[in-house]
Order: sequence, then structure tokens, then C-alpha cells
Amino acid sequence: MAAPARHHTLSVLVENKAGVLARVAGLFARRGFNIYSLAVAPTDDERFSRITIVVDVESAPLEQVTKQLFKLINVVKINELDPSTAVERELMLATVKAEPSTRGQVIELVNVFEGTIVDVGHDEITVMLAGRPDKIDDFEALMRAYEIVELQRTGRVALPRLERQAPRLHSVKGA
Amino acid sequence: MKLTGAQALIKSLEMQEVEVMFGLPGGAILPVYDPIIDSPIRHILVRHEQGAGHMAEGYAQVTGRPGVAMVTSGPAATNIVTPLCNAYMDSTPIVVITGQVPSTAIGTDAFQECDTTGITMPVTKHNWLITDAQDIPRVVKEAFHVATTGRPGPVLVDLPKDIANAPMDWYWPETVDLPGYKPTTKGHPRMIREAARLIGEAHRPVIYAGGGILKAHAAEALRELVDMTGIPVVTTLMARGAFPDSHELCLGMPGMHGNYTAVTSMQKCDLLIALGSRFDDRVTGKVSAFAPDAKVIHVDIDPAELNKVRRPDVPIVGDCRLVIEEMNKAIRDQGGTEAQPDRSAWISQLRTWQKQHPLHYDQPETGNTLKPQFALERLRDNAPEDTILVAGVGQHQMWSSQYWRFEHPYTWVNSGGLGTMGFAVPAAVGAKVGQPGKTVWAVDGDGCFQMTAQELVTAATERIPIKVAILNNAYLGMVRQWQELFYEERYSEVYLSPHLPDYKMWAEAMGCEGMRVESPEEVDAAIDKANSIDDRPVVIDFRVDYREKVYPMVPAGGSNDDIILDPSQGEGGR
Repeated sequence: MAAPARHHTLSVLVENKAGVLARVAGLFARRGFNIYSLAVAPTDDERFSRITIVVDVESAPLEQVTKQLFKLINVVKINELDPSTAVERELMLATVKAEPSTRGQVIELVNVFEGTIVDVGHDEITVMLAGRPDKIDDFEALMRAYEIVELQRTGRVALPRLERQAPRLHSVKGA
Repeated sequence: MKLTGAQALIKSLEMQEVEVMFGLPGGAILPVYDPIIDSPIRHILVRHEQGAGHMAEGYAQVTGRPGVAMVTSGPAATNIVTPLCNAYMDSTPIVVITGQVPSTAIGTDAFQECDTTGITMPVTKHNWLITDAQDIPRVVKEAFHVATTGRPGPVLVDLPKDIANAPMDWYWPETVDLPGYKPTTKGHPRMIREAARLIGEAHRPVIYAGGGILKAHAAEALRELVDMTGIPVVTTLMARGAFPDSHELCLGMPGMHGNYTAVTSMQKCDLLIALGSRFDDRVTGKVSAFAPDAKVIHVDIDPAELNKVRRPDVPIVGDCRLVIEEMNKAIRDQGGTEAQPDRSAWISQLRTWQKQHPLHYDQPETGNTLKPQFALERLRDNAPEDTILVAGVGQHQMWSSQYWRFEHPYTWVNSGGLGTMGFAVPAAVGAKVGQPGKTVWAVDGDGCFQMTAQELVTAATERIPIKVAILNNAYLGMVRQWQELFYEERYSEVYLSPHLPDYKMWAEAMGCEGMRVESPEEVDAAIDKANSIDDRPVVIDFRVDYREKVYPMVPAGGSNDDIILDPSQGEGGR
């Protein structure tokens, strides 16, 4: 089950400074915008971090969200990512009941979804699955039949899709 | 050159050409108060930290330069949250410096510790917690830059005590490096041309001038725009003085207590030219019923204001002065004055409304009943040209805005967005410090006065001769007015007593000249005496009629079409 269309993804480049996440999260709270998921980590340039926020755009128009966000001094750049123009991924860890009678079925599903079993107990296994958020939603739904003991998702991270046009060829001087 | 963090902070303020700061010392800020002794910066010792913040605001509002306040950690920092929020709502540039417990003690619930940057995050444009003394000059430079550029606003710098004591190598940065902060000041040329085109086609246009005109020093550009196009202007509560009330095209204040013509001109216009205004709920009333036939040009330096409340047909992000100047050029290019359509029908309609529905009150010829508007009008007519008027919040504030004649920019100081009772006295002190050559009258309510009156001790001590007119109706008057009109005259907790406290004695106890006026005949003599005193603050306790209400009035959440006029003018204006 994909996240409903009322969700929109913002990729926010921020200065990597103390308190920036609090500024961003606080802004959402006080302007009445709801956050659906949030993922934060430094980028390749250590001066900046990237916050990927999935916003519930029914709570407020996306335009107001981005404009208010951009007023924060530490926010450097905001990309609005539409699922059709972005690559979105998410990671999930789930501990699932897997008693001898059902273990085979669980493992089979893990394999179908190209997940990895990262821990095994007497009658439970922990699975790691990375992929598109809707794929993870599907896997989660299937696992519910076997009883999910614990589950943690990272929230999605995203980058814009690359240009599809072939690069233009230039003649190289002096060749 | 080796300095302590504290010395570096004071030197940085000197580099920013700070001439005065308002503050009150305490434990965590102690190191910074030592180099103040040797600094040319004047420090004004307040009696409550809230006063320091409002003084900085008053100073900033009349000078255009950032006001500076300095207080200690914990309770001092929380006491200055109200002025920060007030400055945030009214886009006033102030720089607040707070002491903080030593960085090693942060997070331990130390004595007088509070999470100052956390608490003030929602009410500042930005704030900084300094963690290295070497950062001090850079942060101070950034703080002043952020406070004064783009949409101005309050900033706060939190300085832990150990950082203030730590050594640093002095330097002064030439530039600021804020990769996420680049305000747009120049309007989009195509949008500006489009605005000029709409103006050239409009038959019933109105300029909706807001506080941004004053922030951007755009009063002259606005004057030029009006004189070229003949378009009438409403000036919001934050823009009083941005366009002279004596100008024939000035319609005065719109909004909940705006005059009939200003309110109705916006309702009936076909083009609303919003310049540095933000469609505040006190101006629009019910948004869906606001200016229903109007196309909207909206100019603001803050992109988030465009389409926040009303979708503009022509949105222009930019500095009001630069945009209006470009707009004036574009209008000239499109034919200037000659190319404007005939708007005489519109102007004569406005004149008719002005004649039919002027502001009105009845001052009885005999007896002791003193109407607050009468006191205000006498104050106005006896005030020197250029007098700065400061108000608190409530009925007296609305009457001040309605009955004063504002002829010059930066002569009106009040708390618009936050509506902070108690603003007037400290803000007047700050205004007088910023403009010592001008007369500063604070018009205050008795409720407001009791909140911050102690800053008159500051004024008396520091020889800052402000004048305060208390319109004493012995009530929290605006609340009383709402209870009378909307709660069936069930008055709940609004009575204050006219003589407890005794305002005259209280004023005298604080080192001020105190006077009491109980009848209309005494008004002029008291005002004359107050205007003649220039060596100490003056307080006049005007005992005014508690029954007087502020009219016109648009009930909260109601449509501006349902404006309630003074009862003498009948019900409704339709």
C-alpha cells in the first residue's frame, strides 16, 4: 500500500549545526503541519545535512510549508520531490514470529521480497528489507499474518531522478 | 590582540555602532557587565527585563536602527520573551543578548538555567548559543545582519558565562557567510510591469499600505506613487505615519476599528494594492468576504506572506521601496498620470462616505464628563509638530490611531500583532532615547500602565523626560466593551477602580511630575504644563468616561460589510 497522495516529500538541505532539527521540527509543530516521516543524516559535504521529510499536505498547503521552512536561516535548499520524479527508498527491520510450522513460509516471502534475515531466535526471526516504500508496505502487510513482534522503519530518503536525455557530445579541442 | 569573550562581545557591539543598550545584570551575564564600564556605549538600567526589550523596540521603531537589550539567564531570559514575540510579530529589529550558565553546567538544571535558545526559537528570526569565544565577533555580525535585513525581526545571542571569561584572538569579520539566508530585495520586472498595467486599468483602486512601508523606508516612493496615480491609501495600524493623514487621498486606518471609509473602500475596490501589509485578521475580518471584487497586487519581502491569506493576482517578492520605485517607473513608461483612467466617480464616492460616516463622539458642553477622545484631541492639537506618539494596547490604542494626525513616518509606536498590554511606557522610554530632540507622548490605559509603570523610575533616574497620558476609565476597557456588546453586559473581572492606585502619587513616588484631570476644563492647562516640563517624566491621570466605546467596530470573525457604526449614526453602514 503506497502512501496516499496527500503525502509529499521534501528534501531539505540544512547547515550541519546544533539545534537545526529542532528548528525544523518546531516549525512544523507551531504552524500546524504534520510530519509523516523524517530521516536525517550528514551529506557528502560535512557542512550540510539532508532532512527528508514526508509531509501530510492535507494539514496545510505545501506552498506555505516550504516558504516557512525556507525562512529558517539554516535551511539552504529545498527540493519538492514528487514520487514520479524522485528515487525514494526506505529500510525496515522487523522481528516476525517464525515457529517451525510457519518458518518456511516466512523465509520464502523474505526471499521473494529480496530481504535479508539478520537475526534468528528459537521461534522468531529478524528481517531487513530495503526498497521502495510501497514495497515495504506490501511486505509489512504480508508479515502481519505471521504476527509482527517488533518493527522499525527508517522513514524514507529520496533524491531527484537523473536527467534521461543523453549527454550532448562536444568536440574536444586539439583532438 | 587577546580579549576575553566578554570584552569581544562589547567591542563587537561597538563595531556595530551600537550607541545605547537597555539591560539589567545578573549572575550569568556578570562578566559582560565589567567591560561596559569602559565602553562608550550608554547602558540604561531597567527595572524589569521586559522593559529592556520594549525599550529596544521603541528605539528601533523610531530610529530604524536595531535596538539592543542585555539581560542575564533564566528568569531574565524568560522575562524578555514577551518583547521578543512582540518584535517578531511587528517585524522590529532588536538584538537581545542573554547570559547563560557555564557551558559545562548546561543541561544540569543549574541555578538560573533555562533553555533560552529553545524557548525563544519560535519568537526570534534566529538565535545563537555561543560555544566558543572565538565565534563571538562572527555571531554578533551575523545577528545584526539577520535582524536588520530582509523582513526585519528580533534575534537572540545566548552567551554562557565560561565563554564570556574565555580568551580569544580579536578579529572583525568583513562579511557574513550565511548560505541559507539570501533575502530577495529586487522585484521581478515582469510582475512589476503587470502591476503597473493593472493599476492603469483599475477604476476603484485602493493602496493597502502596511508596516513594510516604514521598514523599507518607502514612504517617499509611496507618496510619489499616489501623487502620480491619484489612488487613495489606507494606512494600517502598523503603517500610521507612512502616508500623511492630511493628504487628501489618505483614508486612514482600516480594520476592526478602522473608519467607515477606509474599511468600505477596501470592500468595494476593484484593485487592492497591498504594499508591505499581511492581510492580518484584524484588517480583513472574515477572509472569504474581504474585498470580494478586488484583484490583488501583493508586494512583500517575505515570500511566505504571499498567498498565505489571500491569493494575489500579481505577487511581488521584494523590498517595498525598491519595488515601488520600479513600479513608479513602469507606470511612467505606460503613460504616467495621463494614462490613468478617470476615477472621479470613485473618489467622490469616498468623499460621500467620509461626510456620511466620520469618526464621532459627543463631549458634553457642561458637567464633569470627560470623553477620552476629547482628551486625545486636545493632546494632539497641543503637541509640537513631529511628536512621537506611543500607545499600549486596548481602547486607548485604537482612539490614538483614530484621532491623532500622523504626518511623518516613525512618529507612531505601538504593539500591533501581539497586542502587548504594558508596551507603552517602556517603548516610549526607548523612543525618547532614540529621538531625544522630539516630544514623546505615551497614551496608556490604566490597565496597561499598571503592568510596566516601574520603568518610569528608569526614565526619571536616567533623565529621559517622556510624557504619559493615562486614559483612566477604571476598567479593562476593551474587554468591558466586548462583554457589553457580546456577553449581554455581564461584566466579568474587568473593574479596576479609578483611584486605586493613586496614579498622581504613584508618579510622584517614581520621580515624575504627577497630575490629575477630572473635568474637560482642566484638560488644556494640564497638557500645557506637561509640555513645558522637560527635565523629568510627566504623568497625567485623565479620569475619562468608562462608558465610551471604540467605534466603528467589525465584530471578530465578521464580514467588513457588517461594520457597526457609532450608535448616533444608526445601525450598519449599508
